[in-house]
Amino acid sequence: MNYTFDFAPVFAAWPTLLEGMIGTLRMSSLSMVFGLSLGIFFMMMRMSKLPTLRTIAIGYIELIRNTPILVQVFFVFFGMPAIGIRLSGEQAAILAMTLNCAAYAAEIVRGGVQSIRPGQIEAGRALGMHTADIYRFIVFRPAIRAVYPALCSQFILMMLNSSLVSSVSAEELTYFAQTLDAQTFRSFEIYFTLGVIYLLLSQFVSVALGIIGRVYFTYPAK
Amino acid sequence: MIRQFGWNEFLFLLEGARWTVVLSLLAFAVGGALGLAVALGRTSKWKPLRIFMATYIQIFQGTPLLVQLFFVYFGLPLLGFKVDVWVALTIGLSLHTSAFLGEIWRGSIQAVPDGQSEAARALGIGYRHRMVDVVLPQALRIGLPATISFLVNLIKGTALAALLGLTELTRSGQLMSNITFQPLQVYGAVALVYFFLCVPLTYCSARIERRLNAAR
Repeated sequence: MNYTFDFAPVFAAWPTLLEGMIGTLRMSSLSMVFGLSLGIFFMMMRMSKLPTLRTIAIGYIELIRNTPILVQVFFVFFGMPAIGIRLSGEQAAILAMTLNCAAYAAEIVRGGVQSIRPGQIEAGRALGMHTADIYRFIVFRPAIRAVYPALCSQFILMMLNSSLVSSVSAEELTYFAQTLDAQTFRSFEIYFTLGVIYLLLSQFVSVALGIIGRVYFTYPAK
Repeated sequence: MIRQFGWNEFLFLLEGARWTVVLSLLAFAVGGALGLAVALGRTSKWKPLRIFMATYIQIFQGTPLLVQLFFVYFGLPLLGFKVDVWVALTIGLSLHTSAFLGEIWRGSIQAVPDGQSEAARALGIGYRHRMVDVVLPQALRIGLPATISFLVNLIKGTALAALLGLTELTRSGQLMSNITFQPLQVYGAVALVYFFLCVPLTYCSARIERRLNAAR
């Protein structure tokens, strides 16, 4: 093996990598927030009393969960213009990741909601609470708390998966790394550094979400 | 004249799907063998080995599969190996698989009640037979649903091979979409093929899981 490692061009490009990191975090956070909201909507459809709504939700969830996210990204990015909706790389990436995340989030949150015992809701009703309050304090908050760790790993998974939206030129970490590779030909050094950055990023996010969870879900608060 | 997306074009996609299946099975077989070693190392009594395997798993779970594949693809030539994209992908996906299956099987091995291996030890059965005849068969049962779910993830993961230029299902879709200019139909068809590859496995996994839960 007579290869001289040269990390200098990689380190010299740190502003680009930082921009990529911000891009990755921005796209995955936005997709997570939108995806979770859409997911809760699908979860309610999935648990509704109407068979039609249930079937639609199950169909959607299974379709998304059994196809690769790369194909979903391609479908959105290349397919949408065919029906007249032109999206930039980043918009297509966020849309595809949102649709993807919604299916997973729906199943995760459903697990949480099903863990709420009916007695809890009845107790809330016996205390004369509003339906809205019952849903907010007795169903949703404890349900989200129960599945918070699963949602966190879903978010990290999403962040790692966002690496493949570089293929539709959405400007995130892997995209900039590939650009850098094309300029400097230091492939090994670049992808090694990229791996380290993702590893640190996922550890960091995992710790940060853990702290947020402890602050937000410590209760009974106040 | 631009080609329309018809039956022959669909058959072209299916031809690509064949490589998706081959690649998944190859990675699953090699990765499964390595994964068993990772799981045994992760549950061994020797601490350095446990820490090493934990780090190994952490690295693969904390970085994107795409970056792992790039890393293998560009890293191996530096060690003096001339690698074909097939070899690089098989190695990359196998390593990825070994880390994930290792973690799944570690959980299953630890879920087997301690009394089982204690009883085996009391009977004077050595490590090898204790594992092969007592612990692993029970762990296999517990870990089966998660293993099948991972296989689904692996099949979906092989789509990334398209980005390295291997003509499997997704790449065939890209080529076909460029020829026919009907991305909506082509990627829809690609998604459907993946769907029909994965759904039976997902269904199987859910069924086994339900049966295991009912038994408890």
